[in-house]
Amino acid sequence: MSFKHDVVIVGAGLAGLRAALELAGSLNVAVISKVYPTRSHSGAAQGGIAAALGNEEPDSWEWHMYDTVKGGDYLTDQDVAEVLARDAPRAVFELEHMGVPFNRTPEGKIAQRAFGGHTREFGKAAVKRACYAADRSGRVMMDTLYFEAVRRGIKIFPEFQMLDIVMADGQVAGLVVYELATGEIHLFHSRMVLLATGGFGKIYKTTSNAFASTGDGVSAACRLGIPLEDMEFVQFHPTGIYGLGVLISEAARGEGGVLRNSNGERFMERYAPAIKDLAPRDMVSRAIATEIREGRGIGGRDYVHLDLTHLGEKKLAERLSDISSFVRIYLGIDPVRELIPIQPTCHYMMGGIPVSVEGRVLWPSGESVPGLYAAGECSCLSLHGANRLGCNSLLDLVVFGRIAGRRMAADLEDLSWVDPPRDAEHRARERIERLMEGAGSEKTAHVRSAMQETMTALCSVFRTEQTLARAAVKIRELKDRYSRVRIDNRGSRFNMELLDALELEGLLDLAEAVVVSASGRKESRGAHFREDYPERDDENCLKHTLVHTAGEVLELSYKPVTITRFEPKPRTY
Amino acid sequence: MDMKFKIFRFDPEVDSRPRYQEYDVSAEPGERILDCLNRIRWEQDGTLSYRMSCGHGVCGSDGMRINGVCALACQKLVKDYSGGEVLVEPLPFFRVVKDLVVDMEEFLEGIRRLHPYLLSTGDIPEKERFQSPEDRKKVDDVIRCILCACCTGACPVMLENRDYIGPAALVWAYRFIFDSRDGGFEERLKGVDFPDGAWACVNHFECTRVCPKSIPVTRSINTIKRAIEKVFPRRPD
Repeated sequence: MSFKHDVVIVGAGLAGLRAALELAGSLNVAVISKVYPTRSHSGAAQGGIAAALGNEEPDSWEWHMYDTVKGGDYLTDQDVAEVLARDAPRAVFELEHMGVPFNRTPEGKIAQRAFGGHTREFGKAAVKRACYAADRSGRVMMDTLYFEAVRRGIKIFPEFQMLDIVMADGQVAGLVVYELATGEIHLFHSRMVLLATGGFGKIYKTTSNAFASTGDGVSAACRLGIPLEDMEFVQFHPTGIYGLGVLISEAARGEGGVLRNSNGERFMERYAPAIKDLAPRDMVSRAIATEIREGRGIGGRDYVHLDLTHLGEKKLAERLSDISSFVRIYLGIDPVRELIPIQPTCHYMMGGIPVSVEGRVLWPSGESVPGLYAAGECSCLSLHGANRLGCNSLLDLVVFGRIAGRRMAADLEDLSWVDPPRDAEHRARERIERLMEGAGSEKTAHVRSAMQETMTALCSVFRTEQTLARAAVKIRELKDRYSRVRIDNRGSRFNMELLDALELEGLLDLAEAVVVSASGRKESRGAHFREDYPERDDENCLKHTLVHTAGEVLELSYKPVTITRFEPKPRTY
Repeated sequence: MDMKFKIFRFDPEVDSRPRYQEYDVSAEPGERILDCLNRIRWEQDGTLSYRMSCGHGVCGSDGMRINGVCALACQKLVKDYSGGEVLVEPLPFFRVVKDLVVDMEEFLEGIRRLHPYLLSTGDIPEKERFQSPEDRKKVDDVIRCILCACCTGACPVMLENRDYIGPAALVWAYRFIFDSRDGGFEERLKGVDFPDGAWACVNHFECTRVCPKSIPVTRSINTIKRAIEKVFPRRPD
């Protein structure tokens, strides 16, 4: 079948839906999503959304902007951070007006709590800036925006998987889409496409990400030859449930929880004397990894403890009930009385598709790709620089989802309909046929788990030239193995084996982009820590990485960082 | 642990009737039932279909019936099934699309019909609307709903009355009836004041027992009934 819409938005998470709300009414908008409504991964965000409301204590947007820049280890484009911090209060009030059930202060305002890296007076002490709804902030925002989209009559196609972006005459012409329920391939003819497909934590073995977080939009952009930005910056969240990687929100530490090593020591006091356990995620994850390496993991093993026992049953029930239930279910532990085994877990991708502050996808020349936009985790603004602060992600989605939507509404007039090429679906059909009928005998699951093991072992919290070189060779081998993957399921309804195999092709491209980008950055900054280059090197490396495919290989180039208010300084907390 | 899975299989395109297929799986006691399903699909049988996404009970994708009880496959652990035998079936009452994947449209439409968004109370302030912590607390339990449909699948009333709007829809009705910011209190009560609405519930408590997010579903429905009685007192016959 073929469909025709002015705008097609890929992804029904918060960025996609927020953009859709901006376009509904005036334009013919369709949202496609690989998952069923409200299942998008935005819903897994727990801790809250940052905004300098000053509801609990004095705060200002300048402090928020500074924290975002410093948290990003000065790789953040400061013009973008300024837009975020200034617009944050409006964005949060808008969510409240739509119905998000935020927790409240005694006088009835939106309640706020402390979160990693958010400070008052440019780093003096932690500040309460995170607006929250218990520890299910993302989920209630997801539900609210979904039903708002329903109210506004926005057309959502659930369980429609984007396969390719279709271009004609250098402009977007639409999308090739696979319908999971029927196995049909559809052509969506459109004048504009917004990619809002989320992250790709599934390149790692241990991750807080959903199974659906496979970076489909990022890899589709990469296949068009669009360079990907700052791919080496992968956030490892300090507190994943040991073994499983399920997230224990930073809100646990925002509410007073502390990390302890095998000696019972609150070790973050040594690494970040001013804000201790509320240091940014990259620093805390590195501290945990260091404690483990130096033999102070619990019982000499590869985890440490999160201690919430002093918070009391009431606080855990009222503000941290979801994470308390995760701990009870998956570890059989009562967080009121027992310590929680945790280890860093891959959580968020700072890098992605380079976009302007208004969401236009950019070629390296700075020119935009006509008709193509991106927002949310799949994009790189670059707002989060080398390390994202907690609670800035939900904010990013609603602030820049809205801005992208507005830009698209304004750009529509300038974009004519272009006819998709006759063979637009050819590549997709050929891929599927090869996976079903090919001569190989490799299994998707084996290649995927080898990739995940490789990335976790060689391109994780700590990296060196040697580990990255080994990872590069390994990923190349896995790409070769992938060419021999063959699936058994030839059915057309909910063929998840086919979906897995299609996703894996993109994941391998993204894993390679991360490894190659990491090899190129010979310094340590934010989440990218090179043991062979342990210092930040502003003189040579204060620049954004761009990686793009050039035939069979990946090539690196760089572009400058926008610095407006805050000159780079040593980053201590 | 050596586990034996018996899984409901049905592809309406090919099969004339459903069948059950058995699989042997070796799993650690702390692993999720979802991990076992994944192992089956990845290693043994790529034709098996089910929904999943977040893997930890937040997205609500993997509601199914496990040994007769509606639950999320990602929230149940191997050690919960000490007999080593696990029967996995789709949610009852829902049309099967394939294997464990069911058609959720009617379920979601039942909730969409309730206008599950705030109805305006007039002027909206520039900043947030005020709400006391006590008022906010009234919806604290119900905002945990993840639309997984386990409650509706488990409800014995549904067995006899498919027109019942079901416990999940009533949880969503409650969420807005008792949100102090909402302007539709009476209309919303009227919206569930009919025989197949709140009154169809006869307190089996199955919904409450299975809810993966520990929402007091039955109690919430009873609170709605009491509010209806208070706001619209019945004249004595």
